[in-house]
Amino acid sequence: MIGLEHYLIVGAVLFIAGIACMAGKRNAIGVLIGVEMVLNGANVNFVAFARYNRNLALEGQIFALFTIVLAAAEAAIALAIVLNFYNNHVSVDVDAAEELKG
Amino acid sequence: MTFEEFLFWSLALITCISAIAVAASQNIVRAAVWLLFTLAGVSCLYLLLGADFVGAVQLIVYVGGILILVVFGVMLTNQGPFVNMKTSAGEWAISLVVGLLMLGLLLGCIFAANWTELQETLVVDDAATSRSANDLGLALLGVAQPTVVPDAQAPKLNVLPQQKKTPVAYLFPFEIVSVHLVVVLVGAAYLARAKRRRRTAA
Repeated sequence: MIGLEHYLIVGAVLFIAGIACMAGKRNAIGVLIGVEMVLNGANVNFVAFARYNRNLALEGQIFALFTIVLAAAEAAIALAIVLNFYNNHVSVDVDAAEELKG
Repeated sequence: MTFEEFLFWSLALITCISAIAVAASQNIVRAAVWLLFTLAGVSCLYLLLGADFVGAVQLIVYVGGILILVVFGVMLTNQGPFVNMKTSAGEWAISLVVGLLMLGLLLGCIFAANWTELQETLVVDDAATSRSANDLGLALLGVAQPTVVPDAQAPKLNVLPQQKKTPVAYLFPFEIVSVHLVVVLVGAAYLARAKRRRRTAA
């Protein structure tokens, strides 16, 4: 029998893979991919709770939908920033952004 | 092993392995392809959880939209198709250690928590408790939904669970998200417009 814990573990693995992706990539788009995976891990938890808790049957799915919309908006803005960064630095290496370094 | 368990284990394995491959691959194009498998696997997990509409939206928005956006970003910003930006071994070790520690923390929390109260109120696959796209749309339009409140005495009295009218409506967040999306799209178009100004060294 597949229970709530199984889906929570999948969500945790997605979350941690996203964190590692954000921490370990130097490409700005790689960092963005990591953010998307973190949001997906949270979304898996939302939908799993919607399935396994009668009181959250509607709320979990609604919040997952809101998260998906906000992730789309965030990806659009982040890619625009990355393109702007590339226009200024001719690179998408996040280590190249050091103008504000003290 | 039932068919549902078989589907869950195969989908979970595909999702987790490709998620780890996204984090482990040094090539951004390969990472984007692994991300495709991750997102598709998550979408199939939603379908397995009975959230048809969320699964479809995940497939359309993530696989059809965000992934295309990421691939276009890769194409617009890479000098060559296979530019490697190696991370040093020390940084890799730090991120691995931090990730494993956080994974241990999360798994410890998941196994330490008592989920039996939630499991008792398991949503069975009947029309009264499962939520369809119809319910989601009504909730987003501001129509209050009847939330099924589990009644402790219900099995003893042999009556249906009490249908209490709890106002669960999401018109206002829906409007906020709509305005937010418009603002974000205008801002993205403004930020990403072409400027003929390229400094060679920063």
